[in-house]
Amino acid sequence: MHPDTFDPTAGGPPPEQRPDDGSRRTFIKQASGILGLAVAPPFISQAEKLAAYTGKVEGATEMKLKVNGSIRTLRLEPRVTLLDALRENLNLTGSKKGCDQGQCGACTVLVDGRRVNSCLTLAITTQGKEITTIEGLAKGEELHPMQAAFLKHDGFQCGYCTPGQICSAVACVQEGHTKNDAEIREWMSGNLCRCGAYPNIVAAIKEVAGKGDGKS
Amino acid sequence: MNNFAFQTAASAKQATGAFRDDKQAAYLAGGTTLLDLMKLNVLQPSQLVDINSLPYRGITETPDGLRIGAMERMSDVGENALVMQQYPAISESLLLAASPQLRNMASIGGNLLQRTRCGYFRDTAFPCNKRQPGSGCPAINGENRNHAILGTSDQCIATYPGDLAVALIALDAVLHLESAKGKARRVPLLDFYLTPGNTPQRETTLEPGELITAVTVPAAEHARKSKYLKVRDRASYAFALVSAAVGLDVQGGTIRSARVALGSVGTKPWRAQAAEQLLVGKAATEANFRAAAALALQGARPHKHNAFKVELAQNTLVRALQDVAG
Repeated sequence: MHPDTFDPTAGGPPPEQRPDDGSRRTFIKQASGILGLAVAPPFISQAEKLAAYTGKVEGATEMKLKVNGSIRTLRLEPRVTLLDALRENLNLTGSKKGCDQGQCGACTVLVDGRRVNSCLTLAITTQGKEITTIEGLAKGEELHPMQAAFLKHDGFQCGYCTPGQICSAVACVQEGHTKNDAEIREWMSGNLCRCGAYPNIVAAIKEVAGKGDGKS
Repeated sequence: MNNFAFQTAASAKQATGAFRDDKQAAYLAGGTTLLDLMKLNVLQPSQLVDINSLPYRGITETPDGLRIGAMERMSDVGENALVMQQYPAISESLLLAASPQLRNMASIGGNLLQRTRCGYFRDTAFPCNKRQPGSGCPAINGENRNHAILGTSDQCIATYPGDLAVALIALDAVLHLESAKGKARRVPLLDFYLTPGNTPQRETTLEPGELITAVTVPAAEHARKSKYLKVRDRASYAFALVSAAVGLDVQGGTIRSARVALGSVGTKPWRAQAAEQLLVGKAATEANFRAAAALALQGARPHKHNAFKVELAQNTLVRALQDVAG
């Protein structure tokens, strides 16, 4: 993972600012950070991005997206949504296309740490930003705490809404909107589950929030 | 979705310049309404001009009150401490709107320009005077449960669906605009929205290419004691059936100033100034609130499926007034 990548496990300070506990996890993070640096080209600055894109673009154009810590270069038309770019061009099919109208939340991803509907986001506008999808939450074989909690509490049935639910839930905990069940439900209302797994989803979020930074 | 040209505007000059060359261009901020309607082919701009880099930012206290940059996001304004404490109706209207994801995306300027949610407007298989002037209005004799009961015409009965504009119009907000020629002007929100009349395609007094740069709201006791109450079919993440934004300054049991606006009942965010005038100088009692609510709905013209809104709007208004009178 690139060292400046948004850390979805956070609640506290970013990993490099945490006291060094010398754990295996910290070591892997540092090691993969160094590796990430070696692979990824220097990321374009905001100014360079503006300079590159103040001209009018017509038809397919080259764009660089930073997804789950690595830079991906794509050639896409401006009308391609972030959701379609992830699914069709980057083969990251975890994010789901439910309604494609911003009404169901199945496409929820994190952009610069904030949850958004990727179906209503144009890929071209996410250049220079950190995109985190469901595929970017686990650390290798180790599940993100929210993924583990969804498994433990059976927070899904068919699973179609689950990647969006989990991305949204990670942000919900980070935002601190987990005071009680009612607050969790209100702040998870942008993610619909037609199987009705809501009570178990709330239980999973409550557990992660409780373990985190005392915001629960 | 049709294809379109795209550019990121580094300055207001570049953004408005794009409009001079291309009358079919559209500005892109959060995109939550625009992309939705483009996917439905309701809107088909030839070009999108991304204005997210423009410096219309900041949520600040000024000597006159509150100033919100047009590019601020709904979530940031809704959870801003100053807005929550001094202008609670504005914060509540934002946090009861849409979903957390959409609030993270949508800008304040774009929110104020969101289009109607009339199902016929959104469906190109149907005629719609707003979408295609002169083609007819299937809502008048069709499904009209969600439609307007105030400010309608025989051309259009679509209701303005937003929340924020209702709170802002109650609290005398002013829009700051910049024209395509770089000229700045200010428009009270009360004069910004238009009823459909014979030109339902025109919803605001915004000129082609004009940009919203900021919204200001005067500080007032009735702003500090304000509330936004939203009534929906679902508990959350739904448009209002009716909503009320109210503010009261009550001293020793007597109302010194009142602000009253209604949402999802009018063809535009509906300020009820006659109701406000009735309340001033009166005691803050349920009887007076009921009289004001009756006056606010006096001109209501319901259609087949939305007659319930007349009573629901009055009850919502009374409850909101009781809550702020405390």
